This record gives sequence, C-alpha cells and structure tokens, in this order.
Amino acid sequence: MAIDIGQFVQTFFEESFEGLDIMEAGLLALEPGVTTDLEKINTIFRAAHSIKGGSGTFGFKDVTDFTHLMETLLDGMREGRLGVTTEGVTALLHSVDCLREMLVAAREHISVEPEQIQELRARLSRLLNRKPAESQAESKPSAAPGAAAAPRAAGWRIQFRPHPQLMHSGNDPVRMFRELAGLGALQARADASQLPKLADLRPEDCYLSWELELRGDATREAVAEVFAWVEGDCDLNLEPLTAEAAPEAPAKPAPPPVAPPGPSAGPQTGEEGQQGELLLERRKGEDRRKGDRRVNVAASDSASIRVGIDKVDAVINLVGELVTTQSMLSALGEDFDMSRLDKLHEALDQLDRNTRDLQEHVMRIRMLPVSSVFSRFPRMVHDVSAKLGKQVELRINGEQTELDKTVIEKIGDPLVHLIRNSLDHGLEPPDERARAGKPETGVISLDAYHKSGSIFIEVDDDGRGLNREALLRKGLQEGLLRPGEEYSDEQIYDLIFHPGLSTAKQLSDVSGRGVGMDVVRSNIHDVGGSIQIASRPGQGTRITISLPLTLAILDGQLVSVGEDCYIIPLLSIIESVQVRVDAVNRVAGKGEVFRFRGQPLPILRLYELFGTEGAVSDLEKGLLVVVEADGRQVGLFVDDLEGQQQVSIKSLEKNFRRVSGVAGATILGDGRVGLILDISGLIRVNNVAL
Amino acid sequence: MEKKTTELATLGQRGLLKREAAAEGLQYLTFSLAGEEYGVDILKVQEIRGWAPVTKVPNAPAFVRGVMNLRGAIVPVIDLRLRFGLETVEYTKTTVVIVATVQSANGSRIIGTVVDGVSDVLNLNAADIQPAPDFGTAVHTDFISGLVTVDSGMVMLLDVDRLLSVEEMFALENVRPAESHITAAAA
Amino acid sequence: MATILVVDDSASMRQMVEFTLKEAGHQVMVAEDGQAALNVAKGASANLVITDVNMPNMDGITLIRELRTLPAYKFTPILTLTTESTTEKKMEGKDAGATGWIVKPFNPEKLLATVNKVLG
Repeated sequence: MAIDIGQFVQTFFEESFEGLDIMEAGLLALEPGVTTDLEKINTIFRAAHSIKGGSGTFGFKDVTDFTHLMETLLDGMREGRLGVTTEGVTALLHSVDCLREMLVAAREHISVEPEQIQELRARLSRLLNRKPAESQAESKPSAAPGAAAAPRAAGWRIQFRPHPQLMHSGNDPVRMFRELAGLGALQARADASQLPKLADLRPEDCYLSWELELRGDATREAVAEVFAWVEGDCDLNLEPLTAEAAPEAPAKPAPPPVAPPGPSAGPQTGEEGQQGELLLERRKGEDRRKGDRRVNVAASDSASIRVGIDKVDAVINLVGELVTTQSMLSALGEDFDMSRLDKLHEALDQLDRNTRDLQEHVMRIRMLPVSSVFSRFPRMVHDVSAKLGKQVELRINGEQTELDKTVIEKIGDPLVHLIRNSLDHGLEPPDERARAGKPETGVISLDAYHKSGSIFIEVDDDGRGLNREALLRKGLQEGLLRPGEEYSDEQIYDLIFHPGLSTAKQLSDVSGRGVGMDVVRSNIHDVGGSIQIASRPGQGTRITISLPLTLAILDGQLVSVGEDCYIIPLLSIIESVQVRVDAVNRVAGKGEVFRFRGQPLPILRLYELFGTEGAVSDLEKGLLVVVEADGRQVGLFVDDLEGQQQVSIKSLEKNFRRVSGVAGATILGDGRVGLILDISGLIRVNNVAL
Repeated sequence: MEKKTTELATLGQRGLLKREAAAEGLQYLTFSLAGEEYGVDILKVQEIRGWAPVTKVPNAPAFVRGVMNLRGAIVPVIDLRLRFGLETVEYTKTTVVIVATVQSANGSRIIGTVVDGVSDVLNLNAADIQPAPDFGTAVHTDFISGLVTVDSGMVMLLDVDRLLSVEEMFALENVRPAESHITAAAA
Repeated sequence: MATILVVDDSASMRQMVEFTLKEAGHQVMVAEDGQAALNVAKGASANLVITDVNMPNMDGITLIRELRTLPAYKFTPILTLTTESTTEKKMEGKDAGATGWIVKPFNPEKLLATVNKVLG
C-alpha cells in the first residue's frame, strides 16, 4: 500500500514555525548562568525535538541534522553538562533563524546558503566541544549497510529464556516466534521445567523457556532485532549454526508461515539513510528548476481573524436581548395608546442600551491583544543590544490590552523604529552610564494601557534624553525655527518628527536607515492616532502614542459651517469659546492668533480651508472650537455647534480618494454625508504650530 | 463582499438587457449634455438618480461636486459639464446622476455623474461604431471610444473607465508640490 | 482490524500515523498529550497504544506507567515513538512498561510492519 505522506507536510511546516516561535521566546527568557530553569529548557528542547522528528519523517534531512545539533546542546544544558551561556543562547537563537529559513526553503523548494548553515553548525559543535567534522560524520547514514558486512551463517541457535515478567510489557513470545519464522525455517523446543504447580501459577508470568533453531540466511542483526524489545527481560544467547553442525537441517527451508516483514528486515539506520538521501535528491532537482531564489520569510497577510468563543457568545447573548426588546416594542405597537407612553420610553431606552452594547461587543471582535506586536521586541532588544554592546532590560506591561486589528497591523513598524531609536540613541553605553552614576543596565519600558476611550502605548527609556541644543541648532539651520525667538521644549522636541532631521552623529546599522520619525508619525496618523514626546536631559525620553479604540466608530461633535456640517472627534476637543476681536492679532506669516488663556492660539477658519459658501465670517458671530493633536492646539472657527453623536466612519477612499484634513465621512441623521475632520492632519497641512 | 453584492444586484436588474446585448451586439445608454448626445456602455451603469444636493469635498477639482450617500456608501459626484469645461447651467428637475461602476488599478469604484438628462438606450453592432476623430474640442479624445451616427444625429461613445478615473482627475493636481510643512509657512 | 490509540503532540505526526493506520483498516483514537491519552484510555480500550515520548502536560513515559496501572491496559502492547536510537532512551520506555519502540523517522510501511508485528 502506497501512502502519500506529502499531504501532512503542510501541518508539519505550520507546527514547526510555531515550534520555532516557542523556542525563540523560551531562549529569550533564559537567563545565562542559571541552569536551574529546567522547565524552560525542557519546553525549548521539546519544540526542537518535534521538529527533528517531523523533518526526518518528511524527508528534510538537512533540517533533521541541524536540529539534532541544537537538541544535543539543549540536552547538555538541561542535564547541566553544559552551562547556559550567553554564547550558547545566542548561537541557538541564530540557529532558530537559520532553521526558519531552512524550513521556508524546504516548503518553497528553494535553497538556503550553505555557508550560513555550516557556520552555525561549527558554532554549535564548538559549544559541544566537538569538531564540526565529527558531528557531520555522525549525522551521515552509515556508509556500509550492516546486511552486507555482517557474517553469514547457515542459521542460528537461539537460547531464549524469558524472565517471568516479560509479558508485563505487553510482549508475547508467540509473536516473536512468528516474526522469526518470517526470517527462515524455525524449529522450537520448549522447556517447561520451571512451570510451577497450578496453585502457584500466576497467569501473567512467563515460566517457559525455549531453544530455537532458525535456518536460512538471516543476519545476526535481523535475529537480534526480533528480541530487541525484550532485551533485559530475558536471557538470550545467539550462536551461528554451521552447515556441518546441522546435518539434519532440511534441504530447503519451509515456506514462511507469515509474510516476511519486508522493509524492516534490513538494519534500520542504513535504510532510512538511503531514503532520506533519495528525498534530498529529488528536492535538489526541484531547486535547479526553480533557480536560486532567496528565502523570503515574510508572513503572508491574511484577511481572517481568530476570535475567542467568549466574544462570539457575548454577541449572541446581546442579540438575544435585542430580540426580547424588539418583541416588547412590537407588542406595544399593536395596540398603543398614550397611557402606555411610559412603557414605550422604557422599551426605547432598552433598545438604546442593547444597540450600544451590541455595537461595543461587535467591535470587540476586531480587537486583538497588543502582545501580538510586543512579542517580537524581546528578541529584537536582545539582538540589537548585543550588537551595540549595551546592557538593556526590556520591561513590557499591558500586553493584553486590546486594539483594533487594523491598528495592530499599522503600529508594528513605528514601534520597531521607536525602540531601535531608544536602543541606539537613547541608551548610553555601560561605561558612560557608570560615569553618569546610573546603573550599567539601561531600561526600556513598553507599556500599553486603556484610558478614557483611547489606547496609549508608551516607549520609555532611561537614557541620555534628547539633545535640545543640537535640535535647536538643526532647526535654525534648516529654517524651521526663527532666530531670536523663544521655543518651548515641546516645540523643539517636536522637530524630530520633521523629515530629514536626525541629530544622530552618524548613521548606524541599527537605526537611521532612512526611515525617519516623520514616517512614524504619519503611520500613527493613518490610524487616527497621535504621538507625543517628552524628554529630560540625562534621565530619558518617553514617547506616548495614543490610538483610537476602534477605527469604525467615533464620538463626534457636529459643527455647522455655512450649509455644510462637519464632525470633529470629541476626543480632540478641549473646549469651545466665543472670540473677542480685540484679543485677535494678525501675525505676518502666521495668520490670525487669538490670545487664549495667556497663550497664542492660531485660528483656522474652516470655511476658508474647505471653501464653504455662506458661512459666518465675523469672528464674534461664530464659535472657536479649541482642538488639540500631537500636543498642538488650534482654534477651529465654525458657525455653530450642533449635536454630539456617535458616528460610524466610512471611507472616502473606497470610491474616491483621500482628502487631506478629512479622516473620513459618515451618514448623518438626515441621510446626508458629513465629513469627519482629521485634526492632526489639519494642523499639519496648515502648519500652524510654530 | 459589498462589491460582489452590488454586482450581483446589477446583473439581476439587467439580466435581460445583457442577454439581448450578447445576441444583438452592444447597448449604450445615451444622455444629453449641452446639446450633444453621448453614450455609455450600459453594463457600466448601476442606476440613474435624480439630482439631490451633495456634500462638498475640500481640495478637490471644481468638477467634483461632492459626495453623496448611496445606501450607506460614500460616492463622489462629478459634473460632466464642468469636466468637459462647458458652461454650467442651473440643475433642474430633469438633471440626473448616472451612477456607474468604474474599473481602476485600485479596484472598482462607484461614481456618480451629473448630466442634463437621460435620452435612450441604443442597440448597436460593433460594426456601427466608427473610430473617434480628433475633435480639437473640449472633449478630450482619450475619453471617447467611438462614434455612431443615428437618425437624430451623432452620438459620442464615452470610455467610462477613462472618463471617471479618479487618478486622471487628480493627475494635474499632482503637479502641485505635495503638502509641505514648515517651510511653506515661513515663505 | 484493531483499535489503536495514537498519542503525539505533533499534529503532522498524529495525522500521518492516523491516516496510515486507517488506510490499513484499523480504528484509530488520537490524543495530543499523555494526559489526554489517559483520559481516552480510561473511557475506551485499545488493542495497541503508540505514543510519543516528549510531550507537554504528561510525557510518554509517565503515560505508560499510568496505563499499566489500568486493568484494561495491563498487557496491551504499547510502542513508543522515539527519535533516540540510543539504548538508554529506548530503555527508559521499556522500564516504564512499554512493549517496544518505533524509531523516528519512519515511513508508513515501516509503521505498519511494526504494528502488524505487535498485533500478530
């Protein structure tokens, strides 16, 4: 029967990639110098072990060999023979990367650069105190199959004396004899001399012993194989029969009573080796056809989402409540009179509550824990800090905080950039820290938390802080700041978000790859968030990202401008004020500024920005809505405030395009379209801050 | 998903037309604009609506009148007179919006077009269509896929995908420098 | 035809063994670790148990010991799936009460040959 195991290979790849993630996380959690972390090492070992077992079965011999080395090293660590050293952990981490590439290559039928594998093999072998050549030889299938080299005999005399408990392990002499009979002509003589009296006889024990003669060309290995499982449960003696010693042997062996177990007749290792080689050959052939593509480990972007059953159940429950409310309302509607007005109000309140709850819970289905982004950082911090020669402790908090899936997907890269910045520019090398009287190990904390309807993510380091002077110089040099004017720290620090403004003395391998903080900021803006920076010289820098809980719904303030109606996100609004013209100044190049609580507040007239007709233009006749984004405040001049309501955000891009200053659109109560303002975009486009 | 439903609904509505078209040739919806007759492939047309006020969109070319609510979707509305640089007229009771599905590199879009009024459905064979001559008029030849002569005169067949390409509408806009930040303010 | 309990934490292994045995006409029960297997075993009897050794929750060795305490599994053949060809590792299973072992990697033919050998 031919069974195609190829159909399970996809499962093997999936579980192997999962295993690699487990190994990586486990390795990062190991503390070098501590060997007592048995359970952690066990977990890593188990993952490696599974990959090794599976890869062998599916014919990825290079993976098997490579994993075997890793496993041996892990075993040594587990048993305390080898220390858990930084070197060892790093080598294993690199091996995880390499293995990932090898598996991708195997899946895509492409090749991995052999130098990398060789180099890691050598490193692992060194750690195992062995020469690489040795480990390679070990993993190769034995060149000479035992069958050919083993001495041949006319047959075997087998003395088999089972210990009484032989059958306790589920073994059965009869089965073994049947197997032997498959190897040649078998004669058996039982010795029942040890059989006790019936009263003393325990049926589970074995009292018989046998003397067997097997005739045929079976090798010693093949015969021993039959008894391999009962080694230690019996006394076994194997003697070759010579032709002379067995004159009474039948001229022709009797046909075997059971079919010979074909493939298992030969020594196992040799056979498997050959099979592995065959598979390897076939894959090499495919490599050639496909050409030498480079390995691409990028995870495929999937449009599905895994949702916890509890979230689905919650929605189902709420739908149940909604149905109840609905039937209540229709019962009321059937014979309604004014005496039942109270009941109607009650039911409508309930409907309102149900709708809100349902909305909230449906939104929750799109929410994922931020840990799916955070989980990559321990590894990154480990690798980058090693490269930079810095000691860094990464503290992660709130990784269970949930965010909209779309937001999660968009904040990964910005966070990578921010953390790299902290590692590279923020944290000082150990000697510099020591001189400054700080602990040599720097701390980067990554926090996620939920506050007043928004999600906040903070990247905090205890490094040297931003260099205000350098930023000021650069700002003046680039013409972003005016000489002779006073700027607040916030205004200065904000400069790091401008394109092409990096104060790093030199571009390093770690950060400064051309992606700047301006890209970070625009990525955050794309998902409706904002970013703020705070820094203290010598004490560190904190970057706070605020993100909307969901991208689908927001609480909005409706404002009227001429015949149009716009929506301002409630979260951006500080307050609304009446303007006194005597407090407004026209500043050359800066437009109108309103002195508001002692601070100059730039005025943006919405009707001017949006070209709205028929709007109020007299500042004293309209309203100024004070809004804030990215730490900057402006006053949006509108005709009047309308109601507040939750609006569902619809895309303008789907059928049209992105419009600057507009975050999206929504359908208003009267069926018309209202535009939702993008406050930080408005502030940026109209560059009112400085 | 939404797109699919729309397409299915569209097909359902015009299933009959489509079958006829397959048998006899092509079908064009004709409409009038400043005294000229134009035709668009009827398979592109999703529906025809009377004019209703739209919401203005800032920083868009003048011919984009704004956006409307089409059963919950936000759909831009183009004034074809303005698009062709013709003189504008007051919208009347006969002013209609032809809602069409437009294919673009970024997938399909739904776009509304304001025209003076809808005239007829024209059954054509491919052989009836003459290539578009170089008019040297306001109507860009690129938008015209062909020309047919009917009893009442000449009908210009429009290439909806080109005509209503959002990318093309903003092609000129892109010449303008992208949003610049502080430097612009200082200037 | 026999009823066989297959225990492995690796889904691909489980699928492959299950498929192979089913193709050969056996009835197959699967479990993904020792604890799950023990629960299965307490509810149903099997003619053969094939178990991985390295597993989370309960490893194969513990599983074998536990199974041998159940009257229904006292003499049931139990085979370990092991990547270790060293005597020491094989013996660990044996000492716990395993009947024998199948060394990974194996192919479906070898698996069936070994199973047939045990089931007779």
